[in-house]
Amino acid sequence: MKLTSPEELEQLRTSILDAIDPDKLSITICSGTGCLACGCEALVRAFEKELKEKEIDKKVDIKTTGCHGFCERGPITVIRPKGIFYQKVEPEDVEEIISKTIISNRIVERLLYVDPATGKQITYEKDVPFYALQTRLILGSNGFINPENMDDYFAIGGYSALSRALFQMKPEQVITEVINSKLRGRGGGGFPTGWKWDSCRSAESEDGTRYVICNADEGDPGAYMDRSVLEGNPHSILEGMTIGAYAVGSNIGFIYVRNEYPLAVKNVNAAISRARSYGLLGQNILGSGFDFDIEVSRGGGAFVCGESTALMASLEGRVGRPRAKYVHTVQKGLHDKPSNLNNVETWANVPLIINKGAQWYSKIGTEGSKGTKIFSLVGKINNTGLVEVPMGMTLREIIYDIGGGIPGNKEFKAVQTGGPSGGCIPEHLMDLPVDFDELTKVGSMMGSGGMIVMDEDTCMVDVARYFLSFLKDESCGKCIPCTEGIKRMLEILDSICKGQGKEGDIEFLEEISQSIMNSALCALGTTAPNPVLSTIKYFRDEYEAHIRDKTCSAGVCKDLFEYFIDDELCTGCGRCRKECPTNAISGDKKEPHNIDMKECMKCGACFSLCRFNAVRKGSVEGVRS
Amino acid sequence: MQLTSQIPLDEVDNIVDSYDADKQYLIQILQDITSEYNYLPEQCLRRVSKRLDVPLSEVLEVATFYKAFSLKPRGKHLIHVCLGTACHVRGVPQILDRIERTLNIKAGQTSDDLMFTLETVNCVGACALGPVIVIDGQYHGQMTQTKVTKLLEKYTSARRGKDETDKS
Repeated sequence: MKLTSPEELEQLRTSILDAIDPDKLSITICSGTGCLACGCEALVRAFEKELKEKEIDKKVDIKTTGCHGFCERGPITVIRPKGIFYQKVEPEDVEEIISKTIISNRIVERLLYVDPATGKQITYEKDVPFYALQTRLILGSNGFINPENMDDYFAIGGYSALSRALFQMKPEQVITEVINSKLRGRGGGGFPTGWKWDSCRSAESEDGTRYVICNADEGDPGAYMDRSVLEGNPHSILEGMTIGAYAVGSNIGFIYVRNEYPLAVKNVNAAISRARSYGLLGQNILGSGFDFDIEVSRGGGAFVCGESTALMASLEGRVGRPRAKYVHTVQKGLHDKPSNLNNVETWANVPLIINKGAQWYSKIGTEGSKGTKIFSLVGKINNTGLVEVPMGMTLREIIYDIGGGIPGNKEFKAVQTGGPSGGCIPEHLMDLPVDFDELTKVGSMMGSGGMIVMDEDTCMVDVARYFLSFLKDESCGKCIPCTEGIKRMLEILDSICKGQGKEGDIEFLEEISQSIMNSALCALGTTAPNPVLSTIKYFRDEYEAHIRDKTCSAGVCKDLFEYFIDDELCTGCGRCRKECPTNAISGDKKEPHNIDMKECMKCGACFSLCRFNAVRKGSVEGVRS
Repeated sequence: MQLTSQIPLDEVDNIVDSYDADKQYLIQILQDITSEYNYLPEQCLRRVSKRLDVPLSEVLEVATFYKAFSLKPRGKHLIHVCLGTACHVRGVPQILDRIERTLNIKAGQTSDDLMFTLETVNCVGACALGPVIVIDGQYHGQMTQTKVTKLLEKYTSARRGKDETDKS
């Protein structure tokens, strides 16, 4: 059915809302990539089967939705309208949920979330601290939408912002609204979105062609919020892009998405064809006379393609190498035409701003950074998942109040933000309000929103080496400072981690860093030294210990520690002996075991396996003495 | 293993035609060829170069620049080990090490019998499950050295079984 006017859209919405029975029970099952990996498909089938068997399949809806964000507790099931929150649900639990909760309105207590801080069971989704402390403007919709069912998006007011923009606003007014909202690009740079649109609209184009592009090449390791939005609520991106296209005067858009995100590719493609069938993409959208369509382009798996000029080169079918930006892409971008590129999350904010107004939006957040930001809170953290908070919340609130702190009573060491271009922030800066400017001040950056928590078992020199080795592989090879500089820095870090570091290495790393920052071609290069510089700044003692004492206190750098068995704790159970791939462990049953250092290859299997914490790590010297 | 000379190129033509032989879709075309053939056979690349009127050197430049492409045949089972930061701090290097030793191939290599290709990927975005490995599109989370060995056994025992039938 093609919608040919805003009235028809509203009529459709009314008919969808009228058909919804607010009291009808609905079982919502998260089917994002995280929960899929935990086997939620089998769970959905089990629910369907059980409802049929009990002959109540007409009375209860099953809704598969995008990511709810609390990935640590997947598969997640929410029973609406009450919002009963069950976590880690297995197909074996289905019968009980149906017979107790669905049929007799009782709670299955063993599936409830227990707040580790208070030890109390929590029944309702809205009361789970992980959710309660967030402001889920964008992610919140994920839990109510089946991405394959467009009616769900209409039901929450979908495409009303587009209709408003097309029929009640001039393109310039849309741009002014976005400028006034002070929305900044969520891809990492933090450039004011409205001003970018303005430059693109006023850029000269001989034949009038302009492009809008959605950057969904989410390459930062440890960040997956864009994937979740694309998978769970693809229409919000399409709507945002269409509004942006109307504002800058473009008729064709591209979504450049990683091929490693198959579900996102599938859901976005399906959403595009559905939007076309409703006349919300294509010619004469909603009868407004405005034409716009979107193509999906799958990336080839190159980190550098997240950089705008490289992405555009890739869209043209070429290798993704950045170019110098003497001429901005808003003037000459894709095929040398004015091109406006924004990140997934930025586009998702646009319908909100148009619907609720710049004034409302600019009240959220800090002076320089407005709105909310989605972070992927991962690594050594209890509540792994996606969290959406107003700009300006402190790291401590995010990590401890929402994230539930560090598992296993370990000590917090650092949090890494901004992906390979960012830095590591230490404990004493935990009260830092998180926004674009504050993070930059402490030597890190916002990036796309990865927040990787590290504990005492993480070696900061190894982390710096990890990022450099990542960047060395991903450097496109065009400019010398990045290609060669990163390689040389990595060699130095490698030697430090192997115990071959020497005095002056730290200073040399700093010197090369400065050269790269001053002379690399694109942002990938100029920010590449950040992980090294920030770890030197805050964890210099660890570098020095590696270089001078040849020790790695975290027990990560293989050449700088050895495994040994604590005689007093070892029960002689023999698990480690059986598991050791090189047969380096010997010992009689029920007698303390021993590791032969000559045979040990330090794979760590015994260490992670031992239930009595009898396998220990120590510095080479310490063990021998 | 299929010899390059025996590869029918009709499918390549179909793929190229589905993009109207437009060279801006070169990467998409190579993606589709990879899903069809599992890698990029030389003959296919020559055909693409001819059909799109793009020099072979340029096609090769693209084919070797992006991680998604391989010029060599890949194994029946594709193992992706996530090297994202979250997986790294949760100990994926040891897991990768164990896989390399179990299968006797290094990351980026294919086993001689074309059963396994081991590749690393920057982040699959399933950080809550770290360390994650993906075998033939199936995610396996919270890997430990013991778990990964058991998981691989399922595949390697099938391989050994096949060897034995071959011998008999």
